[in-house]
Amino acid sequence: MPEARILAGRPVVFRGGGFAPQPVGPLGPAVFIVVIGLWELGSRIGWITPLILPAPSEAFAALAYLVETGEIWRHLEASVSRLVIGWSAGMILGVAVGFSIGLFSIARSGLVPVVAALFPIPKIALLPLFIVWFGIGEGSKIATILFGTFFPTVIATYGGVDNVDRSLIRMGQSFGLSWLSIVRKIVLPGALPAILSGTRISASIAIILLVAAEMIGAEYGIGAYVLLAGNLAATDQLIAGVAMLSVLGLVVSWLIGRAERYFLRWRS
Amino acid sequence: MDLHIDGLNHRYGGMPVLDGIDLRIESGRIVCLIGPSGCGKSTLLRLIGGLEQPTDGAIRQVGEPPEGCLNPLTYIFQDFALLPWRTARGNVSLVLEDHGLSERETARIVDDVLARTDLSEFGNAFPRQLSGGMKQRVAIARALAVNPAVFLMDEPLSALDSQTRALLMDDLIGLWTREPFTAVYVTHNLQEAVRLGHKIVVLSRRPGRIRDQVAIDMPLEDRPDADVDLAQIQRRLWEILREEAQAADRELADA
Repeated sequence: MPEARILAGRPVVFRGGGFAPQPVGPLGPAVFIVVIGLWELGSRIGWITPLILPAPSEAFAALAYLVETGEIWRHLEASVSRLVIGWSAGMILGVAVGFSIGLFSIARSGLVPVVAALFPIPKIALLPLFIVWFGIGEGSKIATILFGTFFPTVIATYGGVDNVDRSLIRMGQSFGLSWLSIVRKIVLPGALPAILSGTRISASIAIILLVAAEMIGAEYGIGAYVLLAGNLAATDQLIAGVAMLSVLGLVVSWLIGRAERYFLRWRS
Repeated sequence: MDLHIDGLNHRYGGMPVLDGIDLRIESGRIVCLIGPSGCGKSTLLRLIGGLEQPTDGAIRQVGEPPEGCLNPLTYIFQDFALLPWRTARGNVSLVLEDHGLSERETARIVDDVLARTDLSEFGNAFPRQLSGGMKQRVAIARALAVNPAVFLMDEPLSALDSQTRALLMDDLIGLWTREPFTAVYVTHNLQEAVRLGHKIVVLSRRPGRIRDQVAIDMPLEDRPDADVDLAQIQRRLWEILREEAQAADRELADA
């Protein structure tokens, strides 16, 4: 009869697990559904008064009405065009200035203190000044977004340029590459990860400033819509506007993610 | 093309790192520079290639570089210095792009050097996909592409494990026997030095002076079978180096 072998001693206890969170498939959407479901339920039963917080279904109805009348497109067009123009202008200028700070001693000593002094100013505080300079129309709104995105982009860019592996630049020089080749083929791609992660920060700043600028003297735009809804105590419309902002933020962040995947595909 | 180094002194701030270096690097020969760590051998290599300016003294190129040479003094670095965003092919073509070559000529050179370093099938791989040995082969291919007069090798095998090091050492010897090249090879590994060097220059501890120069006349291809003779030379080098290494080891970094 085969005899089970009896092993001497105690087994070694496993103690190496944990500290490695994994994504659990459908949990994220499930949380959304549960929260919105409880909210809807609370409103129906009467725990939540509609004046303080409308039911999700009411906010959704407000959104549907906005689509039906076509108003949504006028608001979105105004907001998205301000965002795109202001943000891309801020990015272009910011990358250019960031590169010159990263590459030239004169730009570095001259501009870094200026950037340090202007960066912490909340750009909203400058909006009245921009209205005096550029008028109450599009100019002042775009200038606010441009200014707000410019500084973080400058800082991200020159930080990225500073962090480019010097041994790669030395390699380029040792093979006799021209200055322009080194900047284009070594410094720019080397700084790109930092510039792209800077776009995440500047994009969220741009959305914040967009809404703030639209709350001052705009006829159309998501910010104007939210402000008007607030003034009329139309909380269903207010929530619909806020939901649009959330979706706008998600779309922007998704686009940046795509750009990162494309431009940084050489990373693991 | 030969390189003549005369009365070379170099200081960082006030601290002398190289002192009175006179050296001839002859065409078609490999000169190995050995010395204790921090003796200035890598500095000397950077000075030879023009990546740093000597405090005083002269480094001159004597004679013409070979025909079709795009970059007479070409480095192979310890850390490979490959652009992570370019494939193996892209890293090689990088150093050809500024020379106004036709697309076909560039492709021909790239194919040729990748074949010579046994990398033909890895042309489209990114550096992160390659092992350390393969990365250094790409760097060697890149250096071959510009057809240099003198290779400046800064501990090219030191970042690799010992098996890979042996494989790459065979590759270097194979490349040299097929087509002799001129090289300055910095290493702290005496075995590499006696395996590859026609002349071995021993530097003292800081400030680096030339302690001794040992010529090895045995052809490179005969050396694997001459372990005893090489071991003898290696022992002699170690006797010279030992004292310097010991003293260098006991120095404080900022003393």
